[in-house]
Amino acid sequence: MSIKKTTLTFAAASFAASLMATSAMAADTIKIAFIDPLSGPFASTGSNGLREWKFAVEDLVNSRGGLLGGKKIEVIAFDNKISPKETLIQLKNAIGQGIQYVAQGNSSGVANALTSAIKKHNKRNPDKRVIHLNYAAVDPALTNAKCSYWHFRFDANVDMKMNAITDTIAGRKDIKKVYIIGQDYSFGKAVSAAAVKFLKEKRPDIQIVGNELHPIGKVKDFTPYVTKIKAAGANAIITGNWGGDMLNLAKAATSVGLDSSFFTYYAAGAGITAALGPVAKDKVFNVGEGHANPTVTKTWDDYQSRFKAKHPKKDVTYGRVPYTVRMFAKAVTKAGSAKPIDVARALEGMELTTMAGDKVKMRAEDHQLIMPIQVSVHTDDRIKFDYDNSGWGLRTISSTPAESNALPTTCKMERPKG
Amino acid sequence: MIETTIFSLLNGLVYGLLLFMLSSGLTLIFSMMGVLNFAHASFYMLGAYFAYEMSIHIGFWPALILAPIAVGFAGAALERYGLRNVHKYGHVAELVFTFGIAFLIEEVVQFIWGKDQQPYNAPPLLDFPLFTLFNVDFPAYKAFMLFVSIAIFIALLVVLTKTRVGLIIQAAITHPHMVGMLGHNVPLVFMATFGVGTALAGIAGVIAAPVLGTYPGMAFDLGSIIFVVVVFGGLGSLAGAFVASLMIGIVQTFAVSFNIGMPDLLALLGLEFGADHFLVDLWTISLPQIGPLIPYLMLIIMLIFRPLGLFGSREV
Repeated sequence: MSIKKTTLTFAAASFAASLMATSAMAADTIKIAFIDPLSGPFASTGSNGLREWKFAVEDLVNSRGGLLGGKKIEVIAFDNKISPKETLIQLKNAIGQGIQYVAQGNSSGVANALTSAIKKHNKRNPDKRVIHLNYAAVDPALTNAKCSYWHFRFDANVDMKMNAITDTIAGRKDIKKVYIIGQDYSFGKAVSAAAVKFLKEKRPDIQIVGNELHPIGKVKDFTPYVTKIKAAGANAIITGNWGGDMLNLAKAATSVGLDSSFFTYYAAGAGITAALGPVAKDKVFNVGEGHANPTVTKTWDDYQSRFKAKHPKKDVTYGRVPYTVRMFAKAVTKAGSAKPIDVARALEGMELTTMAGDKVKMRAEDHQLIMPIQVSVHTDDRIKFDYDNSGWGLRTISSTPAESNALPTTCKMERPKG
Repeated sequence: MIETTIFSLLNGLVYGLLLFMLSSGLTLIFSMMGVLNFAHASFYMLGAYFAYEMSIHIGFWPALILAPIAVGFAGAALERYGLRNVHKYGHVAELVFTFGIAFLIEEVVQFIWGKDQQPYNAPPLLDFPLFTLFNVDFPAYKAFMLFVSIAIFIALLVVLTKTRVGLIIQAAITHPHMVGMLGHNVPLVFMATFGVGTALAGIAGVIAAPVLGTYPGMAFDLGSIIFVVVVFGGLGSLAGAFVASLMIGIVQTFAVSFNIGMPDLLALLGLEFGADHFLVDLWTISLPQIGPLIPYLMLIIMLIFRPLGLFGSREV
């Protein structure tokens, strides 16, 4: 009896204490809801994102005194299991907790659903507006036909990245036949369309020998696909596959002895680099904000070192997360307020120099970050920051300047009055 | 064309036999105990993770033997201390119990090994192309998978049809009460069957994971398809499970390999639709895109026309 009583009192006391703690925290933190897959086939991609967001926020903002005179940023995780339906439930959940910033990136399908839900929400609740900080969903539509004032994209979109990839392909005269394979949803379709368009412009002599989509997250053995690719005689493959779909595609390709070049969006980290290993040396190319190696600046080198010191088994897989956090922090400081309406206004047209020394700018017209894009190669040559502790990593081979990536937009966004 | 056909056939066979290794255990357990074991694919996952962990310390080959045994014991323990107690509350309780276990195993695996894919790979000894046909390699590891699955199939066949134990099991499948009356220890037979069934799933996990990947979602990904196999083949029928596994394995692989689509069909009919047609997604659909759906389509058709399944004798 007495034990029960003490436990009860203790439980009540700790419950009260925790209530007090949360309400005290709520007063001086800026909360960001991190909504991405934390379970299921893409769990590892999502949890890498979460880890890197938390680290960047801690390292770049909170440990340096926070924002607006001491306010800390708090990243709160919500698992959407990569499903748009689940995402909207989690969004409601986050809004219910009074959160006004949402970080999401994995899957453009999810991003489309999220951003249109936020648009509606903001229209109905002008006092509780929400901003979508998109750090990885790259469907061009999000900053074109479906653009929204409340959506900011900190990653180069499919077309911008394909522009960089095809620049590299244009310089490779040995490539005559290209096979395009991707996941069957908005992103995979966008990659395929962009590849066809840019190849026609830059290398009309290249023959596209295959262009196909497979169900996302469902194919485990890609052997039949790579057998087909091999039979088609392709010497380059373009794919936007990510997570398990990229890993399994690469595994199957090595098992049938496919020795073509791979031009990819996401073939690095989260076990993929280790699985590729020596067979993929100088054959797998990755497009993105790059700079894993060489690190270019000491600041960027130090940041990666600090991350490795804290998470020795993990890697910085999203080079854009630190500058997303920095730009967000800069916007809050510039606005002098953590209210979304002020922060959004401050973000428009904002410029920043990333830790790796790249100059980036948030284009006001469509809320697309205009940035230099690097193409890197999978190698073990002069790799300081490897992936998966495998000794293998990415090394930048070329860079397209920000100006040439500023592709035109069709966005006509509705701006809030007042 | 010929090379695609040959390789599709080989890959389909590998995949089909893998499905059989999983579905044979499931169907054995079902026919004996009347329980559809929802956690069956979780034991497949356990096999993969056990083998991965063991292979780090003792190498691939000892792990190949020890991991399925460990899984079998885990399965037997689950039957003895879990299912047997739930049994008296009827089949629904058992179903819900195994359903819960599936979630539990997934969470435990994530807790121990995390969410990332584990670098569990084919042993270096088998990491070479066995033969190269039309410039495409056939990996030795796949041949090894084929060999193990066939060996297991033959062993299962011999045990079930030629041994005394097999006779008791067969009898217990159809007349469990009668077997009990004859003085056989039916609970022991149940526990052993559950153990062997889960060990078979464990073997499947050990040999398939280097190809299909070792990650916490692997049970869920394969779970639904093995239910399709056992229902399509006929609940409780091993022969049915065998034929259904091979059919589904081969059909799925062929579907991926041949780029036949609606445009070709429509062209045959002399029809053509513009790229701006409002049903453009439907008119441009191709076989590889719907490949993964085909088994489920086959299941639905089977259930409509023959609810017993291919060789089944029990209603679903």
